[in-house]
Amino acid sequence: MAFLVPCPNCGERNVYEFRCAGEIVTRPNSDAPQSERTAYLYLRKNVAGEQREWWYHKLGCRKWFTAIRNTVTNEVTETAWPDETVA
Amino acid sequence: MVLQLFKKSQMWRKPDLKNRYEVVIIGGGVHGLSTAYHLGKLGLTDVAVIDKSYLGGGGSARSTAIIRANYLTPEGIPFFRESHKMYENLSQELDFNLLFNQMGRLDLGHTDSAVYWLNVRAGFNQLLGVNSRVIDPNEISELVPVLDLRKGKTMPVLAALYHPPAGVVRHDAVVYGYARAADRMGIELHPFTEVTGIIKSNGRVTGVQTNSGQISAGTVVSATAGWSSTISTMVDLDLPITTYPLQAFVTEPLKPFLDKTISSANLHAYAYQTDRGEVVIGGPVDPYPTYSQRATMNMLEDLSVFILKLLPILKPAKILRQWAGLCDMTPDYAPILGKVEGLDGFILNCGWGTWGFKAAPIAGKTVAELVATGQTPKLIQPFGLDRFENGRLINERAAATAAAIH
Repeated sequence: MAFLVPCPNCGERNVYEFRCAGEIVTRPNSDAPQSERTAYLYLRKNVAGEQREWWYHKLGCRKWFTAIRNTVTNEVTETAWPDETVA
Repeated sequence: MVLQLFKKSQMWRKPDLKNRYEVVIIGGGVHGLSTAYHLGKLGLTDVAVIDKSYLGGGGSARSTAIIRANYLTPEGIPFFRESHKMYENLSQELDFNLLFNQMGRLDLGHTDSAVYWLNVRAGFNQLLGVNSRVIDPNEISELVPVLDLRKGKTMPVLAALYHPPAGVVRHDAVVYGYARAADRMGIELHPFTEVTGIIKSNGRVTGVQTNSGQISAGTVVSATAGWSSTISTMVDLDLPITTYPLQAFVTEPLKPFLDKTISSANLHAYAYQTDRGEVVIGGPVDPYPTYSQRATMNMLEDLSVFILKLLPILKPAKILRQWAGLCDMTPDYAPILGKVEGLDGFILNCGWGTWGFKAAPIAGKTVAELVATGQTPKLIQPFGLDRFENGRLINERAAATAAAIH
């Protein structure tokens, strides 16, 4: 389903202008156990509902930002710049 | 009564839901039903297949139903080869016409690098007993005269991997055939029964909570493909799965002109003509993950542009319908099958991405063996969830759409 993504820089644009880089995962420390690094690399919540994810406006301002999107309805409720994002 | 004339003969019974089964299979698509059928063959018939909607209404209804075995990896090829063999005899086995049309398939290569990989695949296929070989444009034009083979255009056709036994099978028929066969063995089918929770005690799954009540079970199998993460989250299990939709569309019925499945990884498109004359056209998964099954205009435009580069003859054809199905994509384009460490009684049959339909017979057979004996069959040992922890990813680059994302 196509939808509009409100880029914090450019405003609402067609989702096909963007690259979705998936749900936000926290990078573990370098001394973290193997299981945590596996989880960081591969395991995803993949929720059917709201999740916070990375977006990149590749055919627009080429800026990275984060968005809260409902993966069932594709409604984007909130966007933020990376340094303003609360994990 | 005149109404008796129209009385439908039922394909399967509608039993009342019991509160205990030996095995509960979540998901009534080809994978869930195939697993149930093979459990029945092994003598385990105290089995219930439950689905939140009608049987075969998820990925099974939306698959473009291509059967092939010309994969790339030493793990993937034998697995899909066995599945292909089972499909060849499935109509007889289920006593149900699956309309299997073994039309053959061409995987087209447009660049030197793509042709290199076609040769690698042909080599692996031949070593592992799969009939496929690389052919040149002369032979391609004999097999598919309508293909645009002009030289000098962008993306010229340089070579193709020809896989003669590939084909197309009627996807709904596979669902109905397995469902009827399982039902006749005494296995219960419960559509419109949604799982709302999974019951766990002492690190063991002991049953499921549904909207029709609680069911206790010795083993719970998750065969929910695109919705696998929504089931596994009920047992606090994160999977290496992201759900992407895959779109396809069909043209109006045309006179027969194409009797091969053609596919191009470079152009992200594949097509074949059905027995009804419609041309089915599919492509890569959507660029963003979502659980929405609505199709988009952008994908329709992209796919049309790509397929017209191969089949310019389709230019005046009208499009009848377009749809999307959910794919549970794994990072290495291979399924996730087997037990979960630290969680007894829970078996995964998921990670089916864009390659699930063609694997249903063998996946059902091997997973049923695992449920019945507790031992993971050799054929599916490489597909365990632990491969991500152990760094033994499979990287099945010959899966549809593998070239398009990541």
